[in-house]
Amino acid sequence: MSDKHLSTQFDAELSGISSRVLEMGGLVESQVVQALFALTQFNIEIASQVLREEERVNQMEIEIDRDLSAIIARRQPTARDLRLLIAISKAIANLERVGDEAARIARTVQRLINTGVSSRLRLPVADLGFEAELAVAQLRKALDAFARLDTARAVEVLKQDDQIDQEFDGLLRKLITYMMEDPRTISSSIDLIFVAKAIERVGDHAKNLAEAIIYVVKGTDIRHTPLEDVENAMR
Amino acid sequence: MDTKVNTAVAEKAKVSVRDLNFYYGSFHALKRINLDIPAGKVTAFIGPSGCGKSTLLRTFNRMFELYPEQRAEGSILLDGEDILTSKLDVSLVRAKIGMVFQKPTPFPMSIYDNIAFGVKLFETLPRVEMDERVEWALKKAALWNEVKDKLDQSGAGLSGGQQQRLCIARGIAIKPEVLLLDEPCSALDPISTGKIEELIHELKVDYTVVIVTHNMQQAARCSDYTAYMYLGDLVEFGPTSELFMKPKKKDTEDYITGRFG
Repeated sequence: MSDKHLSTQFDAELSGISSRVLEMGGLVESQVVQALFALTQFNIEIASQVLREEERVNQMEIEIDRDLSAIIARRQPTARDLRLLIAISKAIANLERVGDEAARIARTVQRLINTGVSSRLRLPVADLGFEAELAVAQLRKALDAFARLDTARAVEVLKQDDQIDQEFDGLLRKLITYMMEDPRTISSSIDLIFVAKAIERVGDHAKNLAEAIIYVVKGTDIRHTPLEDVENAMR
Repeated sequence: MDTKVNTAVAEKAKVSVRDLNFYYGSFHALKRINLDIPAGKVTAFIGPSGCGKSTLLRTFNRMFELYPEQRAEGSILLDGEDILTSKLDVSLVRAKIGMVFQKPTPFPMSIYDNIAFGVKLFETLPRVEMDERVEWALKKAALWNEVKDKLDQSGAGLSGGQQQRLCIARGIAIKPEVLLLDEPCSALDPISTGKIEELIHELKVDYTVVIVTHNMQQAARCSDYTAYMYLGDLVEFGPTSELFMKPKKKDTEDYITGRFG
């Protein structure tokens, strides 16, 4: 936000809540990274840690939501301030869902380890790595764009979402091949499909975050707008 | 100043302001204002003190003619007829365009006569019809139930909020086409304000309402269109929901978000 309100207290409340969102964003980003690390390394300790931390993410969502309501009730924000608060409300819902995806991956890891599948699994776990890198990069870029209210970076996030989707499709085809060749891999392949889907969802949430940033800055709701029309709609 | 403010709305205009300049002596208070006030809607004028919003409102019923050093140039069309140059008697203009002021101004007479006084200037009604008119106006102004048993008591004995509703009743009793409200709630408590806002909502069924307010939330709550003015210029005009959600001008945004100053 470039210039200040007459009320410095209002400024403090807005910047305070924005930094809480970024803090929550940082937390879920590390949740995703750790969940993926737990998956590729089959590390049950890290997986459990991800599940423990999820509670903190949930708590943050509730606290930020409460603060949002308080600001709206006390300040009756308008225009850009109102758009920012609405966007924050959406952003934290998306971040909480990212946390859920990380927990989903962590639970899959626990199951794979506990059922002993991990030791004899010859599945392309490492292949998930590229999709995961893309998704984490998208999330990081969306949070970065949120911190600076940078629409150019937000648009980049929108443009790159396709890559993750393609990667997911590729993985799906590969896992189908595994399952056809060796039915004993079906159960764990399905687990991996769910993981790949969870990663793909992280990318979707990053995209939603990017859309919210554009809404704050430009006041344009570009959800469900075809990518080629987005830049026009922002003018 | 950018003169290309989009002042036309899709609605039918009740009052059209064209190239209006207004002067207090040598002070240029309104600068080439162009604006269409939509019929049957509530239009709010907002802006910091001294921006010209009340001045603009007062030109609509030629209130400024009371003061010799004040003059208006340009035109204000009421259904196409220019009220500034019209041969129409000024009191007939004011019969069509009623006004309610910031402070309640009940006449020092009974509640009944407060309403009947204005009506008598324009119409000669038999007692029964006058009674009906008084009751109708008081009901419209949501005051009837509170005063129906004390119509012969002084209007000054009412509370501030009741007095203001009495003034609105007096304003609508002569059945104007346009109702001008100059900060009608600034001297009222929140409950009375709420009643007046509710009333404004009801009034727009029959009247075109123009309200000047310092309270931006009030403009946001009860108007369909909002004009933001600053230093005698019309900065932005548009549907209230757009102006408060996504104003086109940064100046407007700074004002409504409290960054002004």
